[in-house]
Amino acid sequence: MNEGRLAIVGDGDSITVFKAAGVATFPAESAEKAQTVLRRIAKDYQVIFLTEEYARAIADFLKRFDEQPYPVILSIPSKNGSSGYGIEQMKSAMERALGVDILFND
Amino acid sequence: MARLNVNPTRMELKKLKARLATAVRGHKLLKDKSDEMVRRFSLIIKENKRLRDEVEKELSETLRRFSVARSVTPAYRAETAFSMPTVAVKAECGTSSVMGVDVPDIRLVNEKRADGLPYAYSEITSEADFSVAQASALLPKMVALAQTEKTVRMLAAEIERNKRRVNALEYVMIPQLEETIKYIKSKLDENERAAVIRLMKVKNKA
Repeated sequence: MNEGRLAIVGDGDSITVFKAAGVATFPAESAEKAQTVLRRIAKDYQVIFLTEEYARAIADFLKRFDEQPYPVILSIPSKNGSSGYGIEQMKSAMERALGVDILFND
Repeated sequence: MARLNVNPTRMELKKLKARLATAVRGHKLLKDKSDEMVRRFSLIIKENKRLRDEVEKELSETLRRFSVARSVTPAYRAETAFSMPTVAVKAECGTSSVMGVDVPDIRLVNEKRADGLPYAYSEITSEADFSVAQASALLPKMVALAQTEKTVRMLAAEIERNKRRVNALEYVMIPQLEETIKYIKSKLDENERAAVIRLMKVKNKA
């Protein structure tokens, strides 16, 4: 067990509240900035929360983290509410693995 | 299906038969592995969906509350109030194995903070207190979600790879080997027949 640290990357308003909760915050005004920040902190932080808007924009970049266990990058809804990106990601993983939809088949 | 480019000899036949046996056994094992992985995957993804729904709901609520708190406070005061966190959340990061795939295993380390909030009560409205408390309470769930979601992705990739292996064995390797074995057998039989006929002819002449 190694010690891990938590970080959150997103636009200013959505992440400030987590600063008070004890998570390291890295404001980024745009998806490109977020990507630069992620590249810098990926080695130092094991769990990184990223707001959905940015996660969607740099999905290709995030793919490279899929192969190793760490860092774990989780997309979270921002202050504008959920855009359903997390659900989409789950669906695509499910389709890759099973070929069928076992959760949302309604 | 194309057969392998080998000499039709008894030696080759023996080698190929051994390879076929290994391929069939490997195929069976991989198929079992695939079945089990799919079973685990479906459990984990259900868990993932549950957590995802909860986190999204609660987080949206928290952020909405917090933006209310911010909007009634001057921006610079909100900035200063939140700029000095009293605690840093720590996590224990390890790996655990799900069907031979190393997946993250994260546990939050609970550290009690002195007064709960990183700012004086006079600085900001009580809405902010609520949202900070909510965010803190939400963290373990978010970490759990991060862990399951990563597990789901890694497992999905592994299942895909494994499926490819199974298919390669089932539809390429095994038919190829079978076809080659058949070819060598028929070739050997033919040689044998030729030898018999040759002997008969030689005998007739003598």
